[in-house]
Amino acid sequence: MSVYNSLDSITEELHKCMKCGNCMAVCPIYKETRQEVGVARGKISLVEYLLSGEIEMTERLADRFSLCTTCMACNTNCPCGVRFDKIILAARAEAVRKKGLHPVKKIAFTALKMQRMFDFGMKTGSLFQGVALKHVPHKSDRIARMRFDIGIGTDKVFPMLASKTLRSEFPEVVKVKNPKMRVAFFTGCMINYFYTDIGKSVVEVLKENDIEVVIPKGQGCCGIPASVNGDVASASALAKRNLRAFEKLGADALVVACSSGGTAWKHVFGELLENDPEFKALADKWAGKSYDISEFLIHKVPFKKQGLGRVDRKVTYHDPCHLNRGQGINKEPREILKSIPGVTLIEMKEPGRCCGMAGSFSLVHPDLSVQISDRKTADIELTHTDTVATGCPACRLQLKSGVENAGIEEEVLHTIQILAESYRAGKKN
Amino acid sequence: MLAREVLQELIQVLGAENVLTEQEDLLTYAYDATAAMKHHKPDVVVSPLSTEQVAEVVKIAVRHNIPIYPRGSGTNLSGGTIPTKGGMVLSMLNLNKILEIDQDNLTATVQPGVIIQALNDEVLKLGLLYPPDPGTVTTATMGGSLSECSGGLRGLKYGVTKHYIMGLQIVLANGEVIRWGGKTVKNVTGYDLVALFTGAEGTLGIVTEIIVKLIPSPEARKSILAVFDDVDKAGKAIASIIRNKIIPATLEIMDNVTIQTVEHFVHAGLPLDAEAVLLIEVDGYKEVVEREAVLVEQILKDEQAVEVKIAKDDKERDLLWLARRSALPALAQKRPTTVLEDATVPRSKIPDMLKAIRRIADKHNLNIATFGHAGDGNLHPTILTDERDQDEMKRVHLAVDEIFQTAISLGGTLSGEHGIGIAKMKYLDWEFGEAGVAALRRIKEALDPNYLLNPGKIVRRD
Repeated sequence: MSVYNSLDSITEELHKCMKCGNCMAVCPIYKETRQEVGVARGKISLVEYLLSGEIEMTERLADRFSLCTTCMACNTNCPCGVRFDKIILAARAEAVRKKGLHPVKKIAFTALKMQRMFDFGMKTGSLFQGVALKHVPHKSDRIARMRFDIGIGTDKVFPMLASKTLRSEFPEVVKVKNPKMRVAFFTGCMINYFYTDIGKSVVEVLKENDIEVVIPKGQGCCGIPASVNGDVASASALAKRNLRAFEKLGADALVVACSSGGTAWKHVFGELLENDPEFKALADKWAGKSYDISEFLIHKVPFKKQGLGRVDRKVTYHDPCHLNRGQGINKEPREILKSIPGVTLIEMKEPGRCCGMAGSFSLVHPDLSVQISDRKTADIELTHTDTVATGCPACRLQLKSGVENAGIEEEVLHTIQILAESYRAGKKN
Repeated sequence: MLAREVLQELIQVLGAENVLTEQEDLLTYAYDATAAMKHHKPDVVVSPLSTEQVAEVVKIAVRHNIPIYPRGSGTNLSGGTIPTKGGMVLSMLNLNKILEIDQDNLTATVQPGVIIQALNDEVLKLGLLYPPDPGTVTTATMGGSLSECSGGLRGLKYGVTKHYIMGLQIVLANGEVIRWGGKTVKNVTGYDLVALFTGAEGTLGIVTEIIVKLIPSPEARKSILAVFDDVDKAGKAIASIIRNKIIPATLEIMDNVTIQTVEHFVHAGLPLDAEAVLLIEVDGYKEVVEREAVLVEQILKDEQAVEVKIAKDDKERDLLWLARRSALPALAQKRPTTVLEDATVPRSKIPDMLKAIRRIADKHNLNIATFGHAGDGNLHPTILTDERDQDEMKRVHLAVDEIFQTAISLGGTLSGEHGIGIAKMKYLDWEFGEAGVAALRRIKEALDPNYLLNPGKIVRRD
């Protein structure tokens, strides 16, 4: 029984909680609000009252359940091993079953499911984004701010939509001379529509390592925005679509450069589809060969060290929650960075602290999201570096907005971009 | 439910964002970290930002006769913050500033919502230390810790919270604000209200500012593990260390049940067949620490420890203390409900107490693990049970009664560091007698005649 299908699935997790409150020491939301409902213990109690029948599911209760970035810091600090991420996902799914999905989210997730319409919308958006977004001049990133307030303020810095989507820039199969492996690339939405530079770097690095890259046109959204908000139906539909698309083209392994996408392929698809034997088997099969790009380049196909050119950067690395705590990947990106000539890695105070983006959390709780981000920005500033590397495009958006608004000269890049840069530099010599 | 008028008055003083009234928020203040306690929903939760606001809130409560339940992080183990009579929870968490660190007078002045660890992180930068370290240092507030007079692992050498509180600003039950004590080491002006309010569990007044004593942070430390095949031998070793005039910073004991559970949990290399282990840490100047470690090792061997191990490096040291810190969480995972007591005896009576607890466990057919601060006589008999099992819970209550009786008969006390709260109120006359309880009540009524401050805790209103 997965957390997406029934609230009863988490009774054991709830029993484990002894209300010691250790989660208060690490919860990024609680640190800002200092209200018990912000922290895991508070929401665990609410779920208990819900299960015992003392309270009913209300919209106000669903609001309280939205107060979590799913950063999983509480999981790690819990002396009793409570998996609060499971509890919050189950509570949100229950809220959607009982109260329906918030109308704005309903429209958004429906759009995600209609790939062609979504593509059309995003392409049109790319032409007309100037109406709503004001371009911010910047040397390396195409970024912008909202011209008017739609409820999230006008300070937030967004990436501009790419003029061409990543997937339209490449054929479905990117060939290399003597391929040692055929690897499928799940791009995810942010890399496909906004950060095509990350996607291009992934392809570049894989080709450099003699790997044939397959980019199925039929792939779509990973469904995580829907599943973390309790929209299990949309998330399941998206999981099936992606599994079909990748199964059709086949590959020895699958790589992602996005921590949500990695979580989806490794864990969430299987959980969502547990009652569908055919798709469950498919999900498990692909889960077994899914890798984050840094994990792939360290453990699966160790990346070529010869040909790496000098890249003069002082880099600090931010651990995305769903890569670090979600997939246990934190050494790999650092190992890649340290092997690049000219790169100095300088750690920030709490590299694993949530940046506060958390997908739609930043839209529902914009002020809180910025408060959490400000702490991260302050930690980054103290490192006196020129580059922040990270492993997740959503974190990149948040980190960029943070440093830009603080007026700090700092490029924010995906680790893979710096590796690609190094291969490029190697060729020049 | 509070009258609309009351809420409006509160909002006027605090602003709407600092007054919570929706049940989805209120219910998250209905409990604390105490196991097997009934929860009680407050009518309102308020978060003042200044002493003046606290005073105003108290005056509103007095006018409308509303109980006030001061609360820090709600990590106590005595039901001390549960709003048993509804009314108002007064969250002190927004009063969270370190106001001053005075290196000349070795004091820090803090607001009650400061987290203990946050203070220690700041003073450590200056080579100073605030020694009280309850298991909840990273979450508990200074105000809560002061109100419960919490102890922790360093009690033997450094004492407990009350030994570090020098001055207080207090909002009284009538809304008046007083200051008592200060930065001077010596102060005999009037009754010692600082001592009275420390450990008063928020039943006498509301603390809004605290001056604490700091000490130089010890330069070095060394940790030692000793394994015993007999509880008596461990007990004699404890006494022998002290008799040889060595006062370790920390001297902890774990019994066999605890060892087995912890070892399966963290794999720290504890011997599963040991009847008891002692964990000892000496600290101070490097030369002193070296010498004391050697002496402790020799004493432990003389007292027939089966094995004595000195941690070679930080990694070994951390593993040892991880084992100790994991005792409670590891035990807590064995059964759904964990009843953690803190009956305390003179340290010479530790072996008697350990054996009595073992007898009580057998008699009532219960699983009781014991660990704790052997050096200061503060044990944590931990009953692993399930609050849904009514028959077993009856036996748990009988066992708890007997543990307390034993502690008192050995010259000890009901509570070493968790406080009385709701959990131990009914036992007070065992320790104080009727006259003692009446004296407590007269103090309570002198300072809070209408029982508005944390009512239902420590002193019962008759």
